[in-house]
Amino acid sequence: MSTSPGEEAIIRFRDVTKIYPLPGGDVVALDNVSLSILPGDFIAIMGPSGSGKSTLLNLMGCLDTPTSGTLFIKGRDVGSMTDEEQTSLRRDHIGFIFQQFNLIPLLTALENVQYPLILKTGDRTCTERCIEVLKSMDLQDHLFSHKPSELSGGQQQRVAIARSLVNDPEILLADEPTGNLDTKTGSSIMDLLKDLNERKGKTIIMVTHDPGVAKFAHRTIRIVDGKIS
Amino acid sequence: MQKSLFFDFAIRNVRLHWFRSLLAVIGIIIGVVAIVSMGILGNSLVLAISDSLSTVGDSVIITPHAGGMGGMGIGGSDDLLTERMIEQIRRAVAPDVTIPIYSGSARMTIGTEDTVGVVYGLDPDDIPILLEVEEGALLKGESGAMAGAKFAEDNELKVGSRITLKDKGSLRVVGILKERGMGFDINPDYGIVVDGNWYQKAYNQQDYDMAIVKVKDLSRIEQTKDAIEKQLNRRETEVDVIDTKAILETILTAFGQISTFTTAIGGISLIVAGVSILNIMMMSVTERIKEIGVLRSIGTQRKEVRSIFLYEALVLGVIGSVIGGVLSIFGGYAISILMLQTTEYLFVPSSLVYVFYGIAFGIGTSLLSGLYPAWKASNLNPIEALRHE
Ligand SMILES: Nc1ncnc2c1ncn2[C@@H]1O[C@H](COP(=O)(O)OP(=O)(O)O)[C@@H](O)[C@H]1O
Ligand SMILES: [Mg+2]
Repeated sequence: MSTSPGEEAIIRFRDVTKIYPLPGGDVVALDNVSLSILPGDFIAIMGPSGSGKSTLLNLMGCLDTPTSGTLFIKGRDVGSMTDEEQTSLRRDHIGFIFQQFNLIPLLTALENVQYPLILKTGDRTCTERCIEVLKSMDLQDHLFSHKPSELSGGQQQRVAIARSLVNDPEILLADEPTGNLDTKTGSSIMDLLKDLNERKGKTIIMVTHDPGVAKFAHRTIRIVDGKIS
Repeated sequence: MQKSLFFDFAIRNVRLHWFRSLLAVIGIIIGVVAIVSMGILGNSLVLAISDSLSTVGDSVIITPHAGGMGGMGIGGSDDLLTERMIEQIRRAVAPDVTIPIYSGSARMTIGTEDTVGVVYGLDPDDIPILLEVEEGALLKGESGAMAGAKFAEDNELKVGSRITLKDKGSLRVVGILKERGMGFDINPDYGIVVDGNWYQKAYNQQDYDMAIVKVKDLSRIEQTKDAIEKQLNRRETEVDVIDTKAILETILTAFGQISTFTTAIGGISLIVAGVSILNIMMMSVTERIKEIGVLRSIGTQRKEVRSIFLYEALVLGVIGSVIGGVLSIFGGYAISILMLQTTEYLFVPSSLVYVFYGIAFGIGTSLLSGLYPAWKASNLNPIEALRHE
C-alpha cells in the first residue's frame, strides 16, 4: 500500500512530531511520523494506550497542528492555515465519529444530522437529505425526533455516523467507534463503515483496540510510543 | 438563516436551565425596575418642584441691604428702599418696569375670627403685571383689597367680604387672586394685596420694602442686575439684587443631581444583575465544555460559538429588560403616589423616556456580561474541550 507516483495522497505526514509541553516535562506524543494515506484507503490504527493514536487522528482531523514537520490534508499545509480555515476544512471535508458518540444533547437525532449541513449551507429546510442519510444508517423513523439521551449506544452511533456523512466528506475519522458498544452492535457499525468505504469511496481512518475490528481495514498502522512500527 | 440556528441553541439552553435563567431574569427585572423607578421619581420631583414655583425666572428682586431680611416687620426697620433709590432703579432698568412693593404681616379680623396674614401694598397699575384675578375685579381705589387664593379659601372669603386690620381700618374684598405658587419675590397666596397709598398711610411708612423688576428680554437679566448694582452699590452696598433665574437654575440643578444620584443607585442593582448573568453564563460554559468541543470539532467557527452565548445573554437580557420596563411603569406609579401623591408627572415624555433608558441599560448590561463567557467558550481548545468530562 505504498504511494505510487501517479496517485495524490489525501493525507500526508512528513516528519511530524507532536510535543505536549507539561510542567513535569514535555510529552512526545508523536515522534517523527511520516505517512501517506490515499483516497479510498481504509486504515486501522492500533497500539497500546497512550501511544499517540488519538493524537495522530486529531492531527488528521485538523483539530491540532504539528509541533514540527508538515502535515498536508487534501494538498494543503494544515500548519499554515488559520483557525477559521481549519474549521471550514473539518466542516466540509472531514467526518468525525467518536467513541462516546458526542451528539449534541440539545438537539434531536434529526437535528444533530442537520446541524453540519446548516453550518455549511445556512439552509434550515434541508430535512430530506438528512432523513435519507439517517435512513441509510438503518435507524427507525420514529427515533428521528428523539434526543440523544433517549437513544441506545448503537442508535446514537448511527446518528453520529449520519451526522459525519451529511456534508459528504472525503475523509472519515473514527476514534474507537465500537469501543462503547457490544460486539454485535459494533460489528453492524463496522459493516456500515465498510460499506461507506467500498460503495461511497470514503477514506476511513479508524483507531481501535480490537483486532476483530481492525480486520475490516485494508491495512493496519501500529504505533508504539509515538512511533510507527 | 444561519443566525437563527445559534439563536435556537440559546433559546433551548435557556429553557433547559429554566430555573437559573429565571433567577438571572429576575435580577435584570429588579435592576431595570430600580433604575427606571428612580429615574421617574427624580424626574417627577424636578417637574413637581418647577411646577410649584410661580416664577419663570424673569424677575430681578431688589431688597435693602441689611442682613437680607430687613423690612419684613411693618414699620419696624430703617432698612427700606427710598423713593430716590426706586428712581435710580427705574432709570437703570428702563424700559423694563420697576414695581416698588410694601410688604408686611398683620393681624386681621374676618367676621369674628382673628387671623394673621401677609399684606402687600402695590400700585394698582402694577398689580396686573404680577398677579392674575380668579374672581371679582382688580383693585381700584384705596378701600379695597384682593385676597390670595389660599387665604380666601382658609378664611372663606368671597368678593364683598370685609377684612378688618387691627387699628388700621376695614377693607372690602374686591377680588380673589389666582393661586400663584411659591415665589421668590412675593407670596400673596397666604395674604392680601392692598393699595400702596393706603398702606403708606395706614402704617405711616414712606419707603418701600422691596422692588421687583420684570425683565422682558431674559438674555439681558445679568446686565439688568449689573446696571442696578452700579447705580446703587457703587460707594457702599445699599441693596441686595438677586435674579430669580439664577435661583431657579440652582434649585433645578440640585434636584437634577439628586435624580441622577438615585438613578445611579438603581444602576448598582443592575450591575449586580449583570454579575449574576456573568455567573450563570460561566456556569453554562463550564458545563458545556465537552459540547463546545464537539461543536468545534464538527466545524463550528469560533465566532459561531461566541454567538450562541451572546444570544443566550441577549435572550435573558431582553426578557428581563422588557418585563422590567413594563413593571417599572407600575413601580413608577406606586412610587409617585407614595412620594408625590400624584401621578401627573408619570405619563410625560421626560419620565417615560426612563423606561427606554432602563430597557437599553438592561440589555446592554446583559450583553456586556455575556462577552467574557462567550469569548472564553469560543477560545477553548477543541481537543482539550473534547477530552473534558
Ligand atoms: N492535550 C494533551 N495535553 C497533554 N498531554 C497529552 C494531551 N493529549 C495527549 N497527551 C499525551 O500524549 C500521549 C498520547 O496520547 P493519546 O494520543 O491520547 O494516546 P492514545 O489515544 O493512543 O491512548 C499520552 O501520553 C497523553 O498523556
Ligand atoms: Mg485515545
